Amino acid sequence: MAPPAIEFKSVSKWFGTHQVLTDIDLAIAPGEVVVVCGPSGSGKSTLIRCVNGLEPFQRGDLVVLGESIGRPGVSMSALRTRVGMVFQSFNLFPHMTVLENITLAPVRVRGLSAAEAEKTARTLLERVRIPDKAENYPANLSGGQQQRVAIARALAMQPKIMLFDEPTSALDPEMINEVLDVMTDLAKEGMTMMVVTHEMGFARRVAHRVVFMDAGRVVEEATPEVFFAAAKSDRAKDFLSKILSH
Amino acid sequence: MNYQFNWSVLWSGQSGGWLLHGLLLTLAISVLAWVLAAVLGIVSGAMRTVPWKPLRVIATFYVEFFRNVPLLVWMFFWYFGVPPLLPRVVQDWLFNHSAEFWAGMFALGVYHGARMSEIIRAGILSIPRTQFEAAVAMGLTTFQVYRLIIVPIALRLIVPPATNDSLNLLKNSSVALTISVAELTFQARQVETYTAKAIEALTAGTVIYLVLCLGIAAIMTRVERRFAIPGLIARGG
Ligand SMILES: Nc1ncnc2c1ncn2[C@@H]1O[C@H](COP(=O)(O)OP(=O)(O)OP(=O)(O)O)[C@@H](O)[C@H]1O
Ligand SMILES: [Mg+2]
Repeated sequence: MAPPAIEFKSVSKWFGTHQVLTDIDLAIAPGEVVVVCGPSGSGKSTLIRCVNGLEPFQRGDLVVLGESIGRPGVSMSALRTRVGMVFQSFNLFPHMTVLENITLAPVRVRGLSAAEAEKTARTLLERVRIPDKAENYPANLSGGQQQRVAIARALAMQPKIMLFDEPTSALDPEMINEVLDVMTDLAKEGMTMMVVTHEMGFARRVAHRVVFMDAGRVVEEATPEVFFAAAKSDRAKDFLSKILSH
Repeated sequence: MNYQFNWSVLWSGQSGGWLLHGLLLTLAISVLAWVLAAVLGIVSGAMRTVPWKPLRVIATFYVEFFRNVPLLVWMFFWYFGVPPLLPRVVQDWLFNHSAEFWAGMFALGVYHGARMSEIIRAGILSIPRTQFEAAVAMGLTTFQVYRLIIVPIALRLIVPPATNDSLNLLKNSSVALTISVAELTFQARQVETYTAKAIEALTAGTVIYLVLCLGIAAIMTRVERRFAIPGLIARGG
């Protein structure tokens, strides 16, 4: 079996004295799509932010694409070129056009020529279905379009892993699907994905596994079929009843 | 009241030439000091927000040190205090090449750099932290993030307060007359001394400062429009 793309080994993290991750053990295989869910404050964001080093952790080990991170001497910049991340608040750079947003890192970090980077960027914009917005500024796009640009921007680095932290939570309902569709395509192409989301429809259709967190622990992990039909823990049942009722 | 106005003193004799020289020197010292202030302000303002304490401490020290001492004291410091500390050759060169101009320029630039630093820092802190995270998450180094994203956004946000301080810099350049830089105020006073026409001389000086300031403000408004971030600064169409 191929080694995991991401492997948490008893990872624990504190903010000051407040423990937010407790002995996380979790392995994600290459090509696997894992949805992380759980109540607010349970540590979902913190968990996925550890994977690209946005959050340091104090105990345990985390191996990403064969490299143990959090050890001194590991180049975070190099790791981050192989792990893309999409945020709830899009975070496009407002002073740059869509094209500039997408070509920035490929040119500055990977050393592509401007022409090569632009060619890739235009292909990616087609893939996220907004080929005609290359010259626009982020402010002139809808939320759904901005989030798709953010996905294209992350993909431009040709990452092996994509992290999503509530990518549709800031969107109007009618725009959620256009973003989920792009993510579904990506999953079908075999991308390794870790997705924090409350979109249970997406989890059911696309995820290979659902991880349920509460109070900094992984309380339950199961295939979507098992998780939605027969969650074992009371906390997961309670969470599901709340989230599925609206 | 029996004051006899005589505006012609401004264009008869040497007055006009003096005022013109004063104007040029004011512009020269202000422009150079502004460039110095902008560089110091951007570098130290950015340093005060980086996730690395030693840099923050150095930059904070610079700002507090220079901001809290009167400009006049800095003028004297750079003119009377610093040159004796320099090697003999440099001293000789300086005093043959208007030392007072360079001292005044440094004092003005370093003093306003500290103020510019505060403005830049406030601009940077108003950028959501997640912008920084999105940029480092793509593999950019902290330095690249500042150079390509954080500072360019901050500069666009701070045009109004930076304009304000640029005007202060221009006006404060008059303090350089205390170390005998023959700038505009110095020359206006010279006109006054030679013609005994205080109101005319000082009015001329005032009007020139006013025109300069209004001109700068107008240019900065255009700069602000030109570089406005779409959607963030929607002003005046
Ligand atoms: N920078 C921080 N400093 C201190 N505490 C923090 C910080 N970030 C998060 N926390 C705390 O860590 C815990 C986990 O937060 P996290 O953001 O990971 O939760 P989450 O599951 O993503 O919640 P949500 O669904 O609201 O996004 C919370 O108790 C939160 O208050
Ligand atoms: Mg979160």
